[in-house]
Amino acid sequence: MIGPSKPCSYMFLSEVYILARRFYGGIHPDDGKRLASGSAIETLPAPGQVIIPMSMHIGAECSPTVAPGDRVLLGQVIGESSAFVSAPIHATVSGTVAAVEPRLHPNGRKVMSVVIDNDGQDTLHESVVSHTAEVEADPSALLDIVKNAGIVGMGGAAFPTHVKISSGLGKVDTMIVNAAECEPYITADHRVLLENPEEVLSGIHLLRRLLGLEKAYLAVEANKQDAIKLLSSLIAPGSGIEIRVLKTRYPQGAEKQLIQTVTGRQVPPGGLPADVGCIVFNDFSCWSVNRAVKTGLPAIERVVTVSGPSISKPSNFRCRVGTPISCLIEAAGGFSGSADKLLMGGPMMGNAVYSDEVPVIKGTNAVTVLPEAMNLSREEPGCIRCGRCVAACPMHLQPLYLYAYSVKGEARELDRLHVTDCIECGCCAYACPGRLQLVQAIKNAKVLVKNKK
Amino acid sequence: MDKESMFSISTSPHIRSREDTRSIMLDVIIALIPALAVAAYMFGFRAILMTAVSVCACVFFEWGWRRLMKKSNTVGDLSAVVTGMLLAYCLPPTMPVWAVVIGDLFAIVLVKQLFGGIGKNFVNPALAARAFMASWPVAITTWEQPFSYKGFFSLSSADIITSATPLASMKSGALPETSTLLQVFIGQTPGSLGEVSAFALLLGGIYLVVRRVITPRIPLSFMLTVAALSLLFPGDCGRIEWTLWQLCSGGLMLGAIFMATDYATSPVNPRAQTVYGIGCGLLTVFIRRFGSYAEGVSFSILIMNTAVWLLDRALPSPRFGVTAEMRRSARREARAAKRGTASEEVEAK
Repeated sequence: MIGPSKPCSYMFLSEVYILARRFYGGIHPDDGKRLASGSAIETLPAPGQVIIPMSMHIGAECSPTVAPGDRVLLGQVIGESSAFVSAPIHATVSGTVAAVEPRLHPNGRKVMSVVIDNDGQDTLHESVVSHTAEVEADPSALLDIVKNAGIVGMGGAAFPTHVKISSGLGKVDTMIVNAAECEPYITADHRVLLENPEEVLSGIHLLRRLLGLEKAYLAVEANKQDAIKLLSSLIAPGSGIEIRVLKTRYPQGAEKQLIQTVTGRQVPPGGLPADVGCIVFNDFSCWSVNRAVKTGLPAIERVVTVSGPSISKPSNFRCRVGTPISCLIEAAGGFSGSADKLLMGGPMMGNAVYSDEVPVIKGTNAVTVLPEAMNLSREEPGCIRCGRCVAACPMHLQPLYLYAYSVKGEARELDRLHVTDCIECGCCAYACPGRLQLVQAIKNAKVLVKNKK
Repeated sequence: MDKESMFSISTSPHIRSREDTRSIMLDVIIALIPALAVAAYMFGFRAILMTAVSVCACVFFEWGWRRLMKKSNTVGDLSAVVTGMLLAYCLPPTMPVWAVVIGDLFAIVLVKQLFGGIGKNFVNPALAARAFMASWPVAITTWEQPFSYKGFFSLSSADIITSATPLASMKSGALPETSTLLQVFIGQTPGSLGEVSAFALLLGGIYLVVRRVITPRIPLSFMLTVAALSLLFPGDCGRIEWTLWQLCSGGLMLGAIFMATDYATSPVNPRAQTVYGIGCGLLTVFIRRFGSYAEGVSFSILIMNTAVWLLDRALPSPRFGVTAEMRRSARREARAAKRGTASEEVEAK
């Protein structure tokens, strides 16, 4: 795979190219990636018990297909749904089903989950077989493989990948692989690119061929120079993958902003990337696709960054889906100092959970722990109309007015200001010197607008 | 169960910029210091005393009013300090101190607190107070000649020399003969306490832009509009010379950099900010040329203040994902639909 390349001149050109098409707004938080970017991915042994929620994706929740007491094998389907927008769920260890009951989910609610006692054998289910020959004969066979492997957007949004491909087939001319990883502290994608670049590239080629495209763009933020260098040395010119170096700016990795930066196109309101001929996959999704084809293993594992100022030994772990995050925190040396907030995901869009018993799910790319000193919320927030929220909003919205109308409950005005366009990236609230809870107000406003319609 | 109460819950984002209202106001105060230094040099210790009294009065009125109304104490955000400085800056250095204190009361209580405090007032407190203080027409149009103080610490205004401001001479179309452009630029000219030195104010403006406290959009569109109109309609001298005089004299720099950019009373949408700046510039030139006052900066900003909500509403940034082509076709459709209903109505008749 090693071919001639000139990363230096190439990178300079792509920088210039990207700068001309940058998205509006955004912020430059301290990315904190130095905490964990140097630690190699460590494989965590599967825990004694895994908790597998029946909803780890956008779309219909799965129904459990196993009952307490059943013996299950690694890779066996344990949850299914007949809905189109959904993804099957597999046992991530072999063992015995201990319970099928609602358990705490990273989203903060209790969700029906299958709890499996691990027998430590990792006995494979019969469905786990390599599909390499099949895909080589017919690239379109990949769609069913992706669907059966339960692969979802691994960047966090967790939209079922097969649905994305189906809606894009024949419509897209540009495929973008999202390795921007713009959220502070998270280094999972970065480490995967450094340690498993061939697997990621192979997954990209598989998806590219399925979509019938000549070329795919691999978009990486400029703060990952080592990965960019390594990948440029691995990608032969004309091999169908082109690296795009992106300016380090949050939310560079948000789908709409990424498409805008790479292609200059803007996804229309309420539309999908396919409407502007684009399709975006997370790099870890590509890794998962490659693995599903090569080994037949479904989405049972993922790389999770455990980081933040309140973690003793910030690390990157490869762990089974369903591993309680208490295991990850313990493996990372536990808390250092006061741990105030436990986040599933990064500090900008992650969800605060009150207990460390929640499991890692398919879309969990990080567990971030923050000290109380970083909680800058204020008793009495106040807008001074400085306009920083407007300048920071990558969706061209006016958060200060959305806040005011949300407080007043003015659904018509909120609709006029396109509140539903908000991607909840949190730039406005980050930038706000008055410390308004802008994202919370906008979330309320969306509900208000939805109920009025 | 102990574990369950261990962690705090809140909506994202969980990190915030360190910058807050107080740090922003502190930056504005720092940016205002060079102008105060020049004022002290030109008009003596009286300039510093007047500014200090104004600041103390503003802080006292803010604290007292909030306490009287049983509201939280907001003195710590330093916005009252900025208002106090700005009001002192736009008054003649000879203004009696008791009048300044009354102006502070008007600015803080009537203009700011009665409308709900910081961020809620619809006109600039300092400028509104200055307009109110035109009730002392003589005091507010008496201009002290720089360096006419007897001793640096002398507070007596009995025998200072007064003279006309450059703008007053320029009203007739001729440049003043008493001072040079360089003197006006560095601040050796009669005028309001903090407005005289274009140089010091520009320095502060650059600091604010570098610290990202303001964007240059409003000051630039304001100044460029004044510059363009001055170039087009010069007085009895060279176009360039006339333009530079117009830019450096009066309250233009103070107004464009520190008053028109006041957060609470300026638009937040980029396009609205540009139009707001242009509006301020147009009105300034109109008042300077056709009004009965020699200077129009403060009134032009006050007038544009009242249009802020309208501008923000009328000129939002284009919606993400809606291209110019999509907007055009939407307009065409709307027109066609209008024509359609119109022709239907005709048919119905």
